[in-house]
Amino acid sequence: MSPASVAPARRERALNEALFRYVLRLADTSLVLGQRLGEWIGHAPALEEDLGLANLALDLIGQARLLLTYAGEIEGKGRDEDALAFLRDAPEFLNLTLAEQPNGDFAHTIVRQWLIDAWQIEVYEGLSGSADTRLAAIAAKAIKETRYHYRFSSGWLVRLGDGTAESQARTQQAVDSLWRFTGELFTPDEIDERMAAVGIAPDLPAAAGRFGNRVDEDLRRAALVRPAAQPHPWHGKRGVHTEHLGHLLGEMQHLQRTYPGVRW
Amino acid sequence: MRAAERSAAGDAGAIETGAERDVWQLLARVPDPEIPVISIVDLGVVRYVRRAADGRLHVGITPTYTGCPATAAIRSATREALDEAGHRDALLEEVLSPPWTSDWVTPEGRARLAAFGIAPPAAASDPATGPVRCPRCGSLSTGRISEFGSTPCKAHYVCNACREPFDHFKCI
Repeated sequence: MSPASVAPARRERALNEALFRYVLRLADTSLVLGQRLGEWIGHAPALEEDLGLANLALDLIGQARLLLTYAGEIEGKGRDEDALAFLRDAPEFLNLTLAEQPNGDFAHTIVRQWLIDAWQIEVYEGLSGSADTRLAAIAAKAIKETRYHYRFSSGWLVRLGDGTAESQARTQQAVDSLWRFTGELFTPDEIDERMAAVGIAPDLPAAAGRFGNRVDEDLRRAALVRPAAQPHPWHGKRGVHTEHLGHLLGEMQHLQRTYPGVRW
Repeated sequence: MRAAERSAAGDAGAIETGAERDVWQLLARVPDPEIPVISIVDLGVVRYVRRAADGRLHVGITPTYTGCPATAAIRSATREALDEAGHRDALLEEVLSPPWTSDWVTPEGRARLAAFGIAPPAAASDPATGPVRCPRCGSLSTGRISEFGSTPCKAHYVCNACREPFDHFKCI
């Protein structure tokens, strides 16, 4: 290789690596949240909500499959969706820290869902016009499901918040306890900035404003109070997780950990 | 409606060969695995059937929902139908874009859904959709029980007139 072409090749490789990690972040957030929601099956407060949460999980895992498959192709080392889902350990997962938080009570699950739905709406809407046509196609497909999820989660947020004293207190408690993970949603790091600069990813600071307006309007309708912004020491999207992710993976990857390489 | 679908798939105006017509008719007899009263063509998941420059038939299918478990079943049922009809060299392609919408369910499909007891979808593009008609007694006095149902494509409703619960095909 001539010296003149080394620099562009290195830049190309670095961009590819950044894209791989960016797509994994999206994929892992959907996968981990889908796995969490699956824990509700058979335990939700009512059969309809049991079905609802399972349906959300199904859509999220479907989105994760498309994204993981694409991530594996970008990486180019022969890893498919299963290898990426079942053969990585916690530090290699790049999901938002919020997604891995335990289900808690129904209010916690709804607040977590509502925040991630509102985040996904901004991200997928932005990605629908991505310079990366594969990501654009996946996002255009996923956004329709996400809008539907948001209808469910924001509807429940209002019903619970503007409900009984008990449901109101529990929902406010969930908002207060999960709010510390929201700083991570729209704080760009070097990968986000790089992807935005080349027209692949949306500009996060601009999306943060729209997210804030949406969330404030929902909280107002739900008679809930927005907690003060907090600094976030959480870096799930860089592979630094709360202890909860390890336990979730222990269950999700149980079969592959017990019988490595086993096939269906 | 199939003409409209083909136009959405981007090959409007193409001259349809006999083989292409045969395959459309063939796939119109492949039932949806979860709602067998309608075919995969009625559901709008068959996006195109065309003879490409390489001389082979290309059949495009698209998933309804990203996580719908029926997607794999639809893929193998389509493959099987093509093989059995002698189209072993036909290429089955999965397409994501443009994303599937319930607007692609054909008028025939809507009529079959209603006859089966599933309220068909309203226009997804119209946010101010009117009330959902009960597929059993025809009443417009109905209410939603849940945004979700027994499959990813359905929501759960109840009729206030005849008191029967029913499924409504989600508008997406």
